[in-house]
Amino acid sequence: MTTTLTKPHPQKTTPRERGHRPGATARGRNWLGGLAGWLWLAVVVVPLYWILITSLKARSNYYASNPLVPPTDPTLDNYQLVLESDFINYFWNSVVVTAGAVVPAVAVSFMAAYAIVRGWRMRFLRVANGMFLMGLAIPLQATAIPVYLIIIKLQLYDSLLALILPSIAFAIPLSVLILANFIRDVPKELFDSMRVDGATEWGTLWRLAAPLTRPAILTVTIFNALTIWNGFLLPLILTQSPSQRTLPLALWTFQGEYGVNVPALLAAVVLTTLPLIILYAFGRRQLLSGLTAGFSR
Amino acid sequence: MSTLTGSAGRESRRSILPWLAVPALLFFVGFAVVPLVGVFVLSFTTWDGIGTIHPSGLTSWRAVLTNPGLPHALWVTFLVMAVSWAVQTPASILLGTFLAGRQRYRAVLSLIYFVPLLLSSAAIAVAYRALLDPNFGLGAGLGFEWLSKDWLGRPWLAFGVVVFVVSWQFVPFHSLIYQGGVQQIPQSLYEAAQLDGAGQIRQFFSITLPQLKYTIITSSTLMVIGSLTFFDLIFVLTEGGPGDATRVLALDMYKRGFQADLMGPASAIAVILVLMGLAIALLLRRLGGRDAGESQLEGA
Repeated sequence: MTTTLTKPHPQKTTPRERGHRPGATARGRNWLGGLAGWLWLAVVVVPLYWILITSLKARSNYYASNPLVPPTDPTLDNYQLVLESDFINYFWNSVVVTAGAVVPAVAVSFMAAYAIVRGWRMRFLRVANGMFLMGLAIPLQATAIPVYLIIIKLQLYDSLLALILPSIAFAIPLSVLILANFIRDVPKELFDSMRVDGATEWGTLWRLAAPLTRPAILTVTIFNALTIWNGFLLPLILTQSPSQRTLPLALWTFQGEYGVNVPALLAAVVLTTLPLIILYAFGRRQLLSGLTAGFSR
Repeated sequence: MSTLTGSAGRESRRSILPWLAVPALLFFVGFAVVPLVGVFVLSFTTWDGIGTIHPSGLTSWRAVLTNPGLPHALWVTFLVMAVSWAVQTPASILLGTFLAGRQRYRAVLSLIYFVPLLLSSAAIAVAYRALLDPNFGLGAGLGFEWLSKDWLGRPWLAFGVVVFVVSWQFVPFHSLIYQGGVQQIPQSLYEAAQLDGAGQIRQFFSITLPQLKYTIITSSTLMVIGSLTFFDLIFVLTEGGPGDATRVLALDMYKRGFQADLMGPASAIAVILVLMGLAIALLLRRLGGRDAGESQLEGA
């Protein structure tokens, strides 16, 4: 996979070419694509819409009404029910695990990516880079059992730290890859002039490379936050007590408890997703452009 | 850190760089590389997950390799991988090409497409379980006979549901990758093709598709390796059922290890997963015909 995840190429068309040439939109003007586009919109939107309106229905109403017609008297009772359970606790655990893993993961990945780009001639750094790349090809779930063993040996079983440490490790390969791709685009002259000014490598890292690659850092941060917030396997195998549970796992247990109360279950689904929707509302441009640049070619 | 200048500064600079990679390496080695070696070692032991670990030679491997469950799990894993690839790839290319157009509404669509990626697999599985309920789900509520099947209760239907839900979740992501890929195709190619009188369909097959070669490999690699890790979605959606119709390797590993307390055989399955991941990555890299190290040197 790594073969193709190299440099994000700059846009090859000039602004002048984009809008006004006769053929400019030819690549986008195909009816088959258009049909697929609208069809897919329905495939995506109908279930989301159904989740949302059902979560606003009274339980008694759920079985009686047409599932795609919004409730005549929307109620927040389901949300109240979910919030009155241990939801706040699970929510807080998810926040702690996500923040506790993403911040260090991005920081150490950035430092490593910087070192790999700037010190490419050093054998040690190339070996390190090779290891991170290998990490991309390995389904890290396959390491679940030894991770479980390590966490037990560290006496961290059933704690939030047990979730944080492996999450950091699993976030590193892709983060390093994306960040290195962007740091590589910083013009060499800038590094040289920092050196002439007497800046240390540490200073260059934080005062030159970090600000210039801010979009990439943001992308990686959002992407890792998404992955870790939604993580399921690690909480499943590394925690036991409800007090250490994170949201995705709590949802799964809700399914057992509220099995028959579908509106409440879907309210829980909406509530666990809400923080990400809000994050997306603010960071969407960043996330979309960062991902397309980070992954394509 | 220090304020050394001149040649001394260059020296200190040279020495600090490797250290910058050390924290990331420590985490990665500690919780990825060591476990990777560990899972290999554990596959030659017997362990119930709590008690002591006993070396037991090839016992676990023998247990796994002679268990009829393994070929089945391999087959299901392969099938999920192949079918979900075959469904997602054309859909993603088509959508990506569509989204690469510059009309504003397409940009808005791409925002909506992305939403499923925000939901956790657990949330998606929980929601789809309710949605597909034969008695109270969407189909029953609307009175549609064809929608109110026992979706998760029949082997092939459940398999189809898994592929559909996987696509629902990930097609948006891959179409974004393709969108980026299409936008990088030089416009001049299309102009030349138009001068030659090539129609849209011809342009798609003669320019867009060949130019997307590396994008297709990137996306396919992510898809195929990703499909080895479909655990949470299937675990919550079907628990591998009905029977063992959707019991993929990752799920098989979890059930044997953490539910049946057979960590040795479960580790052997994990080793098989690792080998599959590596084999697929190498295969696709060869197909790609480019080497990561080289292309990165070019960029450096």
